[in-house]
Amino acid sequence: MLSRIVKLPTNRRVLPGTANVSGQTKNSTVDQQQITNFNELKTNWWIEDGIMKPLHSLNKIRVPFVRDGLINTGLVHKQFVNTPQPLKNLQLLEVGCGGGILTEPLARLGCTITGIDAASDLINLAKEHKKQDPRLTCIHYNFDTVENHALTHAGKYDGVVASEVIEHVNDKDVFLKSCVACLKPKGSIFLTTLNQTMLTWIFGIIVSENVLRIVPKGAHEWDKLMQPHRLQKLLEDNGCRTRVIHGMFYNFLTNNWSWISDTSVSYAIHAIKN
Amino acid sequence: MAKNSILLLRNYMQYALNLHTKTYCTKTPPHYDIIIVGGGMVGTTLACTLGKNSKLSDHRILLLESGTPHNWIKTEKYSNRVSALNLNTYNLMNKIGAWKHIAEIRCSSVKNMQIWDAISDVMISFNHEEVSNVAAHIVENDLLIYAVGKELCCLKNVEVKNQVKIKEFVLPQQPSQNVFVHLNEGETFTCNLLLGCDGAQSQVRNAMGVNYISWKYDQMGVVATLKLSEANENVTAWQRFLPTGPIAILPLKNNLSSLVWATTPDHARALIELKEVDFVDKINDALWKPLDNSSIIQESTKAFNKLLEFFELPTSNEKQLPPKVIGVDPGSTAAFPLGFGHATNYVKQGVALVGDAAHRVHPLAGQGVNLGFGDVSTLNKILGEAVYSGRSLGQITDLQEYETLRQRHNFPTMVAIDGLHKLYNTEFPPIVLLRSLGLQFTHALNPLKKAIINQAAR
Repeated sequence: MLSRIVKLPTNRRVLPGTANVSGQTKNSTVDQQQITNFNELKTNWWIEDGIMKPLHSLNKIRVPFVRDGLINTGLVHKQFVNTPQPLKNLQLLEVGCGGGILTEPLARLGCTITGIDAASDLINLAKEHKKQDPRLTCIHYNFDTVENHALTHAGKYDGVVASEVIEHVNDKDVFLKSCVACLKPKGSIFLTTLNQTMLTWIFGIIVSENVLRIVPKGAHEWDKLMQPHRLQKLLEDNGCRTRVIHGMFYNFLTNNWSWISDTSVSYAIHAIKN
Repeated sequence: MAKNSILLLRNYMQYALNLHTKTYCTKTPPHYDIIIVGGGMVGTTLACTLGKNSKLSDHRILLLESGTPHNWIKTEKYSNRVSALNLNTYNLMNKIGAWKHIAEIRCSSVKNMQIWDAISDVMISFNHEEVSNVAAHIVENDLLIYAVGKELCCLKNVEVKNQVKIKEFVLPQQPSQNVFVHLNEGETFTCNLLLGCDGAQSQVRNAMGVNYISWKYDQMGVVATLKLSEANENVTAWQRFLPTGPIAILPLKNNLSSLVWATTPDHARALIELKEVDFVDKINDALWKPLDNSSIIQESTKAFNKLLEFFELPTSNEKQLPPKVIGVDPGSTAAFPLGFGHATNYVKQGVALVGDAAHRVHPLAGQGVNLGFGDVSTLNKILGEAVYSGRSLGQITDLQEYETLRQRHNFPTMVAIDGLHKLYNTEFPPIVLLRSLGLQFTHALNPLKKAIINQAAR
């Protein structure tokens, strides 16, 4: 339900409706229609029980997922485990960072993090919001796409995070290739997304967007969702070995996320670059 | 002319003075991540626990206490204010390293408990086979604060300020704002999270403006240190429910026990005025003297005992006799009022209540301070996890989780304790009969007893 990647030169900005055409522009995995949708959400982005409520509460499990993933692969020095800054000295890239809901907590854990997004309004919002906490000096936000970013930052990062992003991307192969290119060898990539099943179609899209209204209308397109084994295959093709896949469950009554073994609605993947 | 220049000079001085105060006022006040208000047992322990949490190690903590610094000197004499620490509190004390100081100095363990009804003489007992060796540890309150303080003073990230009176708390209206703490002396501090451990009359709670349900019991607690006749192993806690309130004696060492006697205010005031010999007689009467008892109750409990015997279940016949009191430690007698209180909310943006500030119970189950230490454990875990997950301190969602978890434990416990108080505060025969049969039934069923022990140990 988040935002995304490639910057379109402003003179090529495409009108809504012709979005699919624009999405297939050279080098771009971005769907311009969705970018327009996301830019419109900026006013409520940081309100914890607003339209982005599920993404705020998702932090409760996805931050530990990234943190413990990095710890378990041995990238974190033992002396930093169980301290306030376990990710000290690590370089992270967040692709599709939006307004910075996930970027800020990761930055507080001590890493240097670059957040990129193809929605300019959201990047500006993120830049504005980080000023509220003086400790967030190690965040760099860029209005950029991962394809473009990979050109100049290949092999630079210990970890790449793309949470709730890949389901909005047009060309997933190019997207993943670029993400992986940014990683150092043995670096970790963390993805969370929706599965492509009947259940997601009913609950993830129809019910969430129209009945419960916990997800903005038009945020997800079923055709763009991906099954875990296909995503795993894509990661493998791009030189990554999957370490874990967890299912995620959202209780909309209590606004709580929890890990489950069943991946049929949404799931998280942690893979390591060979 | 001279008058003019004096006037000029005075104006100038006033201007300079104003300038000075102005710069003083606009200076940013010292900032802490956490300010804890109240340096009692719970406040001191909270400061130490948070200070030792490795996940919070870069956080600065300030503990504000209105009293003088704690200076505890070991004497032969025991303090009359003691607490029965349950398993959870014992584990917490071990975790923060305070238990070794307590164990080095003195404490006693309760291995058995016997509780009985003065009217029907029906009893329930918990012995150490059922309660995993030690049911509770009896520790003097002063000693506990001293032991925790000993660990606290080595922590670099915790500061303690004594003898401070708080003028005002300004609580945040929005998530990004800080809490302001203004002292009477004119000093001001800011913090991300304010923790109120300032007892039943909490100033922090008043500033939060939360609903506080409270009532006074028509009882006062009388405490004293008692000398016992037998010098054999003293490991049993005794409690007898009299129609005026429960009397309990808790082991301190072989020939010493601590008295906690809840009784009517008039009776309490009369008791503390008594001479030692008379007071000792009253205590022995309260522990031993049989009360008039209707024959229906007698017959019914006897019949129920027979029934239990038939099924080979434990009965009230195995009752042990309490020790005989021979003296009272001079100057150890005191009385204090008893009450019930519960804040409907423990938290607000940037602020949380801990211990007696949030809840106050009757001492009949010895749970009051343990509930407070339970708050400390839970809050410590939640705050550590929040910071370790990159959330800023004092976010309302984390505080609400603390509130939910604690209220889910505290409230039922408090209701049960209050219910027990009401149940035993009457001589009405049908009620006496029912509670006696209930107690016999509970005593006969080990799983039920274990469930009670588990609730009390958490």
